[in-house]
Amino acid sequence: MPRMIDRDQVLHVARLARLKLSDEEVERMTEELSGILAHVDRISQMDLDGVEPTSHVVALENVLRADVPRPSLPREVALEPAPEPVDGAFRVPSPQADA
Amino acid sequence: MGGLLELTVAQAAAKIAAGEVSAEEYFAAWMQAAAGDELNAYLWSVENHDDYQVVDGPLSGIPVAVKDIFCTEGSPTTAGSKILAGYRPPYTATAVEKLDAAGARVLGKTNMDEFAMGSSNENSAYGPVLNPWDRGRVPGGSSGGSAAAVAAGLAPCAIGTDTGGSIRQPASLCGIVGLKPTYGSISRYGMIAFASSLDQCGPLTRDVTDAALMLSALQGRDPCDSTSVGIEGGIVAPSREDLKGLRFGVPAELARDSFESGVRENFEATLGRIEELGGEIAEVALPSAEHGISAYYVLAPAEASSNLARYDGVRYGLRSGGDGDLIEMYEATRAEGFGTEVKRRIMLGTYALSSGYYEAYYGQAQKVRTRIAEDFAAAFAGVDFVVTPTSPSVAFGLGEKTADPLAMYLNDYCTVPIPLAGLPAISIPNGLAGGLPTGFQIAGPAFSENRILDTAHALEQAIGFDGSKARA
Repeated sequence: MPRMIDRDQVLHVARLARLKLSDEEVERMTEELSGILAHVDRISQMDLDGVEPTSHVVALENVLRADVPRPSLPREVALEPAPEPVDGAFRVPSPQADA
Repeated sequence: MGGLLELTVAQAAAKIAAGEVSAEEYFAAWMQAAAGDELNAYLWSVENHDDYQVVDGPLSGIPVAVKDIFCTEGSPTTAGSKILAGYRPPYTATAVEKLDAAGARVLGKTNMDEFAMGSSNENSAYGPVLNPWDRGRVPGGSSGGSAAAVAAGLAPCAIGTDTGGSIRQPASLCGIVGLKPTYGSISRYGMIAFASSLDQCGPLTRDVTDAALMLSALQGRDPCDSTSVGIEGGIVAPSREDLKGLRFGVPAELARDSFESGVRENFEATLGRIEELGGEIAEVALPSAEHGISAYYVLAPAEASSNLARYDGVRYGLRSGGDGDLIEMYEATRAEGFGTEVKRRIMLGTYALSSGYYEAYYGQAQKVRTRIAEDFAAAFAGVDFVVTPTSPSVAFGLGEKTADPLAMYLNDYCTVPIPLAGLPAISIPNGLAGGLPTGFQIAGPAFSENRILDTAHALEQAIGFDGSKARA
């Protein structure tokens, strides 16, 4: 049976998902995702023209609240769990390694 | 003291309110029980109660085991993931705050499948939970720690979350009651998101009366969750003892030969009990429910892939890959922090949402979801409830099903269609098969919790399940 998804697609999707996969993971993921997709692919064959999609089950219109200021999380509290807080901000590596 | 721990929550709360039992003494007894956990049910439990202030309310003095997916200010909260190891949230989930306001108090945080993805609790970064009925078997998942803690007598009651069956299935496998309320009944604020359009909090308890008591405290609209609407009129204590005038639908599509024989026999026996209590059994058609698993395993991973984007090593949790650039840090952090099942679902969801596949998978799955909701609506025009076994099997062996993820997913076929339609359902213990618990599931229309609880109460009396063996 042809695989539903190949190695290059797995690498592409991993890149989109910001996941570094080992060679062994890529191999296993290709096989497992192919199996799962072969099963769920049955719904892509169904004739559902004219059926409204459901994104949400609660019959709600917009929910509004009074537009009044209230205290938010203090900055130092929000920074507390961060791996590298610095000068009241979250420090991250440069977007370009050599910059 | 053993007698104290044998009380149900309703009984203990009544004794505490009457001054017959001291809240401090009751809490201390449960703290000691939790500290003796040999099942890996708890990831953390309270070690002293010096600061315990008794709050008056319907749950005054009641300790609650809380699934580790609920944020608890200042206490460890990992969602079963290495990526949140050591994380202590700066705020508390509304569900936990509501329990506190009713007088309850957190006893500990329970083990779970990582980010609630799994049906066996084997996907926890902190090791699997053992089933108290047989320690060589799984407790079910993803709320496996909460279910095992209640079943084993390590907590009087617990809360969990259900996305595709994560309260009902472990409740079934551990021989306790698990209720998934209608979507929108309980606030999701501070409940770490897996699939936001499906996730719902609910109680895991020893009996139906306790489930009602907890739901009563948990439900309600919350300004912090715009999808929360609460249950109009609130929850009343169930008291019904007969089922006269009620109609129970069994899905015609349900392949009864796909159940283990013990599960099937216990299911048929309880259909008989329903008739003895004056209820009527009918067949209903749920033709789209067979596509529930396919739709679920597109929609839930798609929502998860988006929700889990926030674990990027910037604001909290693990950071890895020190020397590279920003993208390398993201990729290394997520590679190291997430487990195999979470990676698999992120990949599946990202693929389903990616350009060229979106309509074929995500768009179609949303339409299947509509069809399933329409099926249930049509069924409820003719019957009051839809009933099935909760799980097609009893608890399976540790490691028995980990090699084949699809086989594990297919196990969820009785529980998955219900959250897709946003409906409430309860699982109650339905006798043993080969010494292991089986479950009976009762689903009803949106916001029919009071009627479901009443019906479950009547059936619970008729079944007469004895769970004390797992607490010995």
